[in-house]
Amino acid sequence: MLPVLEISGSLNMIGYALATLGPGIGVAWIFASVINGTARQPEARGAMLSTAWIGFAVVEALAIIGIALAFALR
Amino acid sequence: MPGLSLLIPLDWAVCSGEHESFPPGVFSFCSRPLWDGAPGWVNNQVAQAVIGAAIVIAFWLWVAHAQKIVPSKRQFAGEWIYNVIRNGIARDMLGHDYRRFLPYLATLFSFILVNNLFGEFFLFMFPTFSKVGFPWILAILTFLLYNGAGIAKSGFLPYLKKSVLPAGVPKPLWILIIPLEFLSNFVVRPVTLALRLFANMFAGHLVVLVFVVGGTLLLTATEPGNGMPTWLLNGAGGASLVFSFAIFALEMFVGVLQAYIFTVLTAQYVSSALAEEH
Repeated sequence: MLPVLEISGSLNMIGYALATLGPGIGVAWIFASVINGTARQPEARGAMLSTAWIGFAVVEALAIIGIALAFALR
Repeated sequence: MPGLSLLIPLDWAVCSGEHESFPPGVFSFCSRPLWDGAPGWVNNQVAQAVIGAAIVIAFWLWVAHAQKIVPSKRQFAGEWIYNVIRNGIARDMLGHDYRRFLPYLATLFSFILVNNLFGEFFLFMFPTFSKVGFPWILAILTFLLYNGAGIAKSGFLPYLKKSVLPAGVPKPLWILIIPLEFLSNFVVRPVTLALRLFANMFAGHLVVLVFVVGGTLLLTATEPGNGMPTWLLNGAGGASLVFSFAIFALEMFVGVLQAYIFTVLTAQYVSSALAEEH
């Protein structure tokens, strides 16, 4: 094998990279909805944002659990 | 299985033996004894948690003493933070009987906030909750609180029935719904609560370590490595150290956000335990 092609490290991180796709789309969707909603009704921004943060936390938990497991499972 | 000690606080599985300082890993979160020969639990992380609690108590005592009708700046700042928790979290989530839970929520928010900000401040430079034992305890407290509130309100069996069986589910679905709702309400909730806080802090501190420790190594490199000249390594190290300030700013934001979210979700769980059946 060519020395250039030697790759070392944990395959877990590639798995984690795949696992971030879903939460990435989810978080983007949440804030896209907030932007949409703000454009339609600017005065409702505060109420939408506080809900959005909860949704953000719930979605982001997937990515975060992913990184914990990427380290935990060997 | 050394990796599992991330999720269960078992230091000895990771922290024995010598480790390189770069790349950082699970071992970077090992505790140090406060002084030579101190017992194992007298370490810098426990000390941080205790100092954090002391700061929280001192802060609230300081802003709450000698209150006047025309507030001083000190009282105004304290009331502003208190109002964020009281109106923005407790009253929004819990409705009219939010007052009973306000002390717990305010304590939770300020304690988590102070401990998360420890990750960015000198003397500490370590977010306490990136050690998984600490968030577990907070999640257990929250678990006891919302179940206790629910049981105190409707009694043990009615509460259990209400939380595992939403109203209006047809009988054939019970076999599916009851285990799912039980898992979701009594297992997944506290576990994700703890894991979210822990993993955010863990991942954030890891990124900080990569930039700061790696940047320092590159900046202090004295001989060419990996086919790169020394000046390139040093330049990359300097750039990485400068960029680490942006990471620190991001981590401060994440710390505040996680403190907020932990508190909001606690309030949310309490409110769903207290909710009447419709």
